[in-house]
Parts: sequence; C-alpha cells; structure tokens
Amino acid sequence: MKTIYVLWERQLKRYYRSKVRMIASLAQPLLFLVAFGFGFGPIYNKASGGNYIDFLVPGIIAMSVLFSSTFMGIEVIWDRQFGFLKETLVAPVSRFKIMLGRTLGGATVATFQGLIVLLLSMIIGFRPKSIESVILSIFFMALIAIIFTALGTAIASQLEDMHAFQLIINFLIMPLFFLSGALFPLQGVPKFITVLSSINPLSYGVDALRGAMTGNLHFGLIFDAVVLSGVAVLFLSIGAYFFSKIEA
Amino acid sequence: MEKESKNHIISVTNLTKKFKDNTAVDDVSFFVERGKIFGFLGPNGAGKSTTIKMLTTLLSPTSGEIMMDGKNPQVHADDVRKIFGIVFQDQSLDEELTAYENMELHGVLYRVPKELREERIKKLLTLVELYDRKKDFVKTFSGGMKRRLEIARGLLHHPKILFLDEPTIGLDPQTRNHIWDHIKELNKTEGVTVFFTTHYMEEAEKVADQICIIDHGKIISKGTPKDLMKQTKTESLEDAFIKLTGRDIREEHATAMDSLRNSRKMFRGHK
Repeated sequence: MKTIYVLWERQLKRYYRSKVRMIASLAQPLLFLVAFGFGFGPIYNKASGGNYIDFLVPGIIAMSVLFSSTFMGIEVIWDRQFGFLKETLVAPVSRFKIMLGRTLGGATVATFQGLIVLLLSMIIGFRPKSIESVILSIFFMALIAIIFTALGTAIASQLEDMHAFQLIINFLIMPLFFLSGALFPLQGVPKFITVLSSINPLSYGVDALRGAMTGNLHFGLIFDAVVLSGVAVLFLSIGAYFFSKIEA
Repeated sequence: MEKESKNHIISVTNLTKKFKDNTAVDDVSFFVERGKIFGFLGPNGAGKSTTIKMLTTLLSPTSGEIMMDGKNPQVHADDVRKIFGIVFQDQSLDEELTAYENMELHGVLYRVPKELREERIKKLLTLVELYDRKKDFVKTFSGGMKRRLEIARGLLHHPKILFLDEPTIGLDPQTRNHIWDHIKELNKTEGVTVFFTTHYMEEAEKVADQICIIDHGKIISKGTPKDLMKQTKTESLEDAFIKLTGRDIREEHATAMDSLRNSRKMFRGHK
C-alpha cells in the first residue's frame, strides 16, 4: 500500500510544482468553452430551445479530463527518457502496484483539472443542479480519468520516444473527443456517428457528467456507470499487462 | 557441483542477447562468488550494460541461463528484484523531486523501515556531501552532484548483490575514495556481493577480488587482477586490459536520448 501511495504522491507533487503546465492545460478547455459556448449558443438555442452552455460544460469538463489523463499516462515515455522509469522497474515491487500507483496519481490530477474547469465554467454562468450532483460528477470524472490514464500508460509502454505523440493526439484523442457527444447531441446524427460514438467510452463519460450536472441523459446514468466501470477495469488490466512487459 | 553452485551468487551459462542487427552478448558464461567484489570490465560497447540489464530483469536474453542466488530472473523477476540493488550507468533520478525525496521514494520502494531510512539517508547524503542540499530540486544539480546522489540512493538499502555500472564516472578522486571505502565496508560487514563496471583500471585493480573482461560480446579473460597481469606479463591492470582488448577506440550504441534526436523510428520493435 505504502508503495502505491508514494508513487501516487509523486504524480501529485510533479503536478502542483509545475504551475506553467497547470495553466497551459486550462487554457484549451477555457477557449473551447468561450468560443463554442458563446459562438454556437444562439444557434443551438434557436434549434432546440435549450441553453448551450449547460449542454457544453459537461462535455468540456470531460475533454479536459480526457486530455490531462491521457497525458499523465503518456508521461511514462518521459520517465523512460529521463531514466527514472528504470529505477521503478527494478524495484522489488510488483509492476502492477507501480502501474496502479502511477495511474491513480495521474487520474487524481486529471480529476482535479476537471474540477477546476467546472469552477471556471461557473464563473461564466454555469450552475450544476445541486451539491449532490457535483459529488456524483466527481465520481464520474474519476472514472473517466482512470480509463484514459490507463490507456495512456498502455500506449506509452509500447513506445520508445515522443515521436508518436502527435499521432496519438490526432488519431486517438481528438476523435475520442469529437465523437463523444461533448459538443453536439447524439440524437438524430447519421448512423455512422451513432455507431462510432457508441463504441467510444468517452461518450458514456460525457453522458454521465451531463446527466449528473443537468439531468439531460442519452444512455442512462446506471448504464453509463456500468460501462465506464467495466472499461476502467479492462484498461487497467491492459495497461498493467503492457507495463509489466516493458524492457529497458 | 551442488556445493560449488551454492557458493555462486550469480551464475551465467551460455548467455546470448541478439538485437536486430548485432549480437551484443555472445555465448557468455561466468559466475560470481558470494561476498566477493567482482569487476566486469570491457571497452565501450563490449556488452557490459546489456549483460547487467539481463541480470537485473530489464531485458530478457535471446538464449542461455542466468541464476541469481538460485533464481532465474526471467521466471521469478519479482523474487530476483528483491535480491539486488543497482546504480545505473545513466541517470535515473526524478529531477522534479528534491534530493531527499528521491532518497525517500527509493527507501519506501525497497521497504527500508522509516527510522533506519531516515538514519541512512542522513549518513549517505553526508557521505556524498549533499546533505546541505537535500531540499533542493535535482534539476538544479550539476552532473557530478547527480552522480553522487545516484550512488547514495543505490546504497540506501543493503541488498545481497549490488550492481554498480560505472559508478564513479566523472567524480573527483576524493569522492571516489570515500565512496569505495563505504562500499568495501558494506561488503565486509554485511557480506554484500558487489558487481561493478568501470573504466578506471587502477580502481578495479585496487578493489576487485575477481575480474572478468568482456569484449565484442565475448568473455576474453577472467581471474584475479594478479592473474590477469601474470597472464599478460604486464605490470598493471591497465596494461593487461589494453593488451587483451587492443588499442582501437570503440563506438557505443546510441542511448535513448541520442535516439530521441536521431532516430525517426516511431514504434519500437518488441525484441
């Protein structure tokens, strides 16, 4: 337990000591929130009569959790390049515990990033239903964070350097985000988007956050929770497997 | 035979490691006696670090067998990891943490009890003259300071086998002497087997009980420093080493950092 804890703590220390990184990672969700929120707001309003900011905020929170957590997972490559990874790979601790400590640390940071975005969105007028709904949202943010930190770790375990980084962003993270229903409702979209979004785990995360914060649901809260938990267990297992196979 | 092998804390039989285009370690066999200081010498790119990586569970061999205190690192990786400690040739510190935090993290990973941990961290940081910098981030350290911290961290837990891959590279003679005195002390009082590589031949001559010289992936000579000098009819280990390995300069394969700059390879082949 203590070993998982120190590796978790390490991720947190690295995060709060890097103020630049913290600010940089908040700039993007804020930009999306303002540009899309105020840009598409009037059209959305005319089309369905709803408030677009209410619709958008849970999606942008999911986005910031997605980005932060994937990057936290991919940090394994940095640790490989700066050498620290070796120190943990030869330690007399099972690789599973090491991976779990890192992943939980990364997921904690990503959840925290999501919370900050929630606070920022409240400044521009977003209001979650209740305190309970915020607590429920934190639970779902944590699930999303665990899923994508584990995914990032699994990918990074297979890579030697950062060359594939752009590839991961353009061919994995961006599609996951755009096809998750974060920006537009999944009702009435063409069939292929319905299919793609239904195999995208983030769709269930976005739906759960939106459901928890505003009551607006597409799949259903329990269903979301079951799917997300299942995917989290699956990705943690895959991540742990690949991590245990790393050679230096 | 049975009794003899029990005395060998490391035994390596016909060990081979092939990478895509070269054979880094080629049918190597040797053993290390329990409680001895063993010098593993060779020119750059001879296969020293690759061998150490296989012994320390970081790489799996292409063929051959390794026994570490009776356990095979490929089969019982977790058990083998409990036996040894290592100071790597290249850096393995977390630069975003302080010197003390790096030590502390290592101590927890290696399950050194809290009080002993604090006591040893203080002693070792004092030994490498970094105690007054303990709260500074490693990223502010010079190369030599990082090296010293790395060694201090490697000595924090007392394993059965201590691997030191060019531990004293870039350190001044005073620090080198301090560190070797400490290592010899550990070897004597706690019976820690020491497996080290170095390019400082006078260092190897002074401290090693046994020496093994590897070149182009093959073992070319083994014995005590005296044996090697006798074999080659030379006066010092350095002369013996040069006589055995020749005078041409070797190139080392690119490290991860170099390949970050040079290589366009995006995905890594598995083996």
